[in-house]
Amino acid sequence: MASPNDLQFQEFEEAAELLSADPEASTLSLSASDNSARAGGSEDVKLDLSEDEEGEEESSELLGGQKLSGGFWTFEYYASFFNVDTVQVLDRVKGSVLPLPGRNFIKHYLRSNPDLYGPFWICVTLVFSVAISGNLSSFISEMGDPAYHYRPQFHRVTIAAVVIFLYAWLVPIGLWGFLTWRQGTERQIGGYSFLETVCVYGYSLFIYIPTSVLWIIPFEWLRWTLILVAMVISGSVLVLTFWPVVRDDTKVMAVATVATIVVLHTLLAIGCKMYFFQTAVHAPPPPPAAPTTPAIHITLTTKPH
Amino acid sequence: MAAADDASRPFAGLSDVSISEDIPVEGDISVPVGSSRRDDEYSTLDEPVKETILRDLRAVGNKFIHVLYPKRSSALLRDWDLWGPLLLCVTLALLLQGGAADTDDQGGPQFAEVFVIIWFGSIIITLNSKLLGGTISFFQSLCVLGYCIMPLTVAMAVCRIVLIGGSGTVSFAVRLVVVTASFGWSTFASTAFLADSQPANRKALVVYPVFLFYFVIGWMILTFSPSQ
Repeated sequence: MASPNDLQFQEFEEAAELLSADPEASTLSLSASDNSARAGGSEDVKLDLSEDEEGEEESSELLGGQKLSGGFWTFEYYASFFNVDTVQVLDRVKGSVLPLPGRNFIKHYLRSNPDLYGPFWICVTLVFSVAISGNLSSFISEMGDPAYHYRPQFHRVTIAAVVIFLYAWLVPIGLWGFLTWRQGTERQIGGYSFLETVCVYGYSLFIYIPTSVLWIIPFEWLRWTLILVAMVISGSVLVLTFWPVVRDDTKVMAVATVATIVVLHTLLAIGCKMYFFQTAVHAPPPPPAAPTTPAIHITLTTKPH
Repeated sequence: MAAADDASRPFAGLSDVSISEDIPVEGDISVPVGSSRRDDEYSTLDEPVKETILRDLRAVGNKFIHVLYPKRSSALLRDWDLWGPLLLCVTLALLLQGGAADTDDQGGPQFAEVFVIIWFGSIIITLNSKLLGGTISFFQSLCVLGYCIMPLTVAMAVCRIVLIGGSGTVSFAVRLVVVTASFGWSTFASTAFLADSQPANRKALVVYPVFLFYFVIGWMILTFSPSQ
């Protein structure tokens, strides 16, 4: 297992060889990274060069920059996706919660070491936190109702699992496929590998876990504020990651891509809130005596003419 | 004799050594067969059925005791078996039946759901720990995770007994305390067995899914509400 430092050292060597071999490519990547270099510093320039080399040489593989050990039928192939320490995972989670402009999540935190541990366990935790919090919130909102009998509503776990795992896997597949296709036709530099796309989507869902727990508090304005804050944070992680890649495309496609990302993310958040945290809209059933007494009262008043 | 001498000329020094043909070769060729007494120690084919069943039950009971008093011992790891986890899983799934509104969708987990959660959850946690570089084997990890469900199964039985007495706030508080204590015990017991097999900088990454697993099982137990 190579440490992250070893991987970076190798990238420098091969990038230098590429520079001497093809000066055209280097000038292109330098101008593209100049804009980001002002914000990100020199390390962004070097990483852009290595990414250019990755895109050309390993375009046929799904994992750019990852050391493929063995075929997909061996255990070591999948173990290479779990090559992270506790500190690294916590660092990535922190980066998904505090998106700073100029800090591309993939470049800054993943550093060519995307993992599957984070996305998978964040999705599992989110499934259970949404289902359990939804159950708790409906219990609290209907606690005063004497006709209410508590139900565990366990089928919601299945629904939550299907929705969240579909989102966390199908949307990155679609986005990666779309970006790769545009990269092919537009000859743009920089694109993310499939694993990096899945990784950034998985980590961006982390903010919804504390949000779903806080949704138990039964105030509507608080819930909408929380969902807005979570959507802004999570969406900005995604936008900051994908904007540098899409920016070189035509204006229409760039804006459309980013808008689609944001809209899908919004739909997931609002859909989860509407389905799992249904507020009790019904009025308490009126006591049966009430409707009859006004009628009697009316007849009493109208009778004497 | 002359032919023999001619043949043995290169070995001149040995001319006086010769094997005469009239000395019969005699001896006793017999392979000592392993006594049937040794075979009896390893062959369990002839023992009474009660003995066979009791041996497995004793092994399962021994592991239950190890879970009750979790200390760093390798007995659970070395002689893994999956009888205990199967027994506990079936008991827990059966105890979770008969809940409120079993017929419609809004009720508790079905028998198959409990089974799937426990077994697939254990398999996924085991795969996770192996992918992160753990040295424990697949079935050893399944064995440990399954046996450590025992405190939660005991808590489920206690909860059902408490629910017979009533389902008010007091019974809920009692059930909450019991389930929380057994959830903590399960997590502590399984990490006592599993933590040693992980690389030091990834221990938390392995312990968290175990925590989540027992938390979900504890949630299923706590939200069990009897049918009215």
